[in-house]
Amino acid sequence: MSASADGALLEVRNLRTYFDTDDGVVKAVDDVSFQLQRGETLGIVGESGSGKSVTNLSIIRLIQEPPGKIVSGEVIFKGQDILSLRPAAVRKIRGRRIAMIFQDPMTSLNPFMKISKQLMEMTQLHLGHTKTQAYEHAIRMLETVGIPDARSRAGSYPHEFSGGMRQRVMIAMALSCEPELLIADEPTTALDVTIQAQILELIRKLKQETGTSVILITHDLGVVAGMTDHVIVMYAGKIFEQAKTKELFARPGNPYTKGLLRSVPDPTAEQGKLYQIPGLPPDVAHLKPGCPFAERCDRVEEICRREFPPFVELTPDHHSLCHFANEVYGG
Amino acid sequence: MVAETLIAIRDLKVHFNLGGNRVVKAVDGVTLDIATGETLGLVGESGCGKSTLGRAVLRLTEPTSGQVFYRDRDLAHLSGKQLREERRHLQIIFQDPYASLNPRMTVGQIVGEPLETFRLARGREVERRVQELLETVGLSKRFIKRYPHEFSGGQRQRIGIARALAVDPDFIVADEPISALDVSIQAQIMNLLEKLRREKNLTYLFISHDLRAIRHVSDRVAVMYLGKLVEIAEAKTIYQEPLMPYTKALISAVPVPDPQIEATRQRIMLEGDVPSPINPPAGCPFHTRCPWAIDVCKEVVPQLVEIKPAHFAACVRISPKMPHIEDVPPGAAPGLD
Repeated sequence: MSASADGALLEVRNLRTYFDTDDGVVKAVDDVSFQLQRGETLGIVGESGSGKSVTNLSIIRLIQEPPGKIVSGEVIFKGQDILSLRPAAVRKIRGRRIAMIFQDPMTSLNPFMKISKQLMEMTQLHLGHTKTQAYEHAIRMLETVGIPDARSRAGSYPHEFSGGMRQRVMIAMALSCEPELLIADEPTTALDVTIQAQILELIRKLKQETGTSVILITHDLGVVAGMTDHVIVMYAGKIFEQAKTKELFARPGNPYTKGLLRSVPDPTAEQGKLYQIPGLPPDVAHLKPGCPFAERCDRVEEICRREFPPFVELTPDHHSLCHFANEVYGG
Repeated sequence: MVAETLIAIRDLKVHFNLGGNRVVKAVDGVTLDIATGETLGLVGESGCGKSTLGRAVLRLTEPTSGQVFYRDRDLAHLSGKQLREERRHLQIIFQDPYASLNPRMTVGQIVGEPLETFRLARGREVERRVQELLETVGLSKRFIKRYPHEFSGGQRQRIGIARALAVDPDFIVADEPISALDVSIQAQIMNLLEKLRREKNLTYLFISHDLRAIRHVSDRVAVMYLGKLVEIAEAKTIYQEPLMPYTKALISAVPVPDPQIEATRQRIMLEGDVPSPINPPAGCPFHTRCPWAIDVCKEVVPQLVEIKPAHFAACVRISPKMPHIEDVPPGAAPGLD
């Protein structure tokens, strides 16, 4: 990446997170590096097991240890390496400066606690709000995320809300301390398409108003296309490609990205048979030498099975992990 | 479409009684024809009744009233024994490939079971047929002695498809068959279903909430909202020119994998959630969220009307003479004239 490290809000360097399993060591995240500039939205795309969620759980030190372990790397957030901080210092950043929302809001909301109370805890803990201040702030946040009749509904419990409304509550909680970074892990995957559109629009609007940087983890290339400035494509724990979003869609430089883009039906175009990437994602516990995508790649050559591919710079902000990155990018 | 009708659904209703005067009208008066060799896509949001409709067509859920004709036999009124006979021709593929395969049975037993139940093969012949079926769905015949947990989601879905094909059916209800799968695997399963349709002259009712997938696999698309069909047209037409306001909003909400298009798109943002099917709104079920709703929409239940040739929509604010709601004068309801 071209920008200097001082301008970046977040810089991840050579992150490796491994898991000990009965089946051997799973290198869930293996040498991942990227930067996030202030005010930017970065998309991380990948299929299940690609390492996209583990990358982000590592950033905020939520990897359960054991079986997981952050083996090496740095996560520089505003000049500070989160990975070398003491747990108490991490807790001050998590929720306050870096907030997260997950796919299933029910796993993050306490089912026995009123919505208002859960929101109030955030600002009482992190911002030292009094009860009254925290309550008023909670109501304002619920209004901001579009909960109708916020004052009367604040006393409800999570199960009294629909899926879309719960996700709004999660967003209200995440944004209540005005974090500098919001990590959204598949925030709309469990929602219906008309509700998805509402939630994405809300994230877009709040981002514009507050200037929060966003990392959006998703498997949906349509969501990436509409929401992000930059994209990282992950496969088998590695970054396979990173680029500006427009560039990635217009000129992918990696056969995996190219295949993925061609395998999504485009509702605006007439298509015959869909392109399909053959085979299955690799077993990350037993990776062979060479490129992890080689077995499924349509332009595989002998070197791909033998040698791990280089991370090729195609332009200063477009990189691809492929022996033939230049050819793929050019053709 | 000149092909003959294979499945004819007539005013089908599935109501679930919750007690205390509370009734969920999961399917509320659906009429629909599916032609031989056709893929009919059924799309809608969660709770709209699309899966219940699929199950009721096969009588895996008992309909409350109405008829389902397969060729010319009314499935909804067959006796148990007759129904079992007909089931051979009618199969289903489920969404969750983890929950729909018996974990204690080998792949050979799972795929072979329907062959034995319907006495289509015996002894050695069963094994030979199972091997053939596995190859048809793109699995190695060496897998025959393995158990479901040894397979990935996409492979399990292939096993489910092989089981459905074992009895050589005419008609398959595919209920969210790709929703639980990764993107690269979704394309594989869609292509497999399409290949099988061509080779075996199958007819599908393809149920999904994924509008991109529906558009790709379907010849015609039916849109469902709160137990009712609200629009039916050819797949291409419904995406290019949706007429009913709910369909318009649904299609405009689908993210398109193209940053250029996404940057300039105008979306119809719907307020609020889908109302509860326990107390659905009176009149048009969509009026509570519809940006074009007027007072009359709260009272009159709109019927499916052929607004354009082979394009049906349920909305009183449009008519064959005024098919586009944007052109209709404020307050007018040409569908009632």
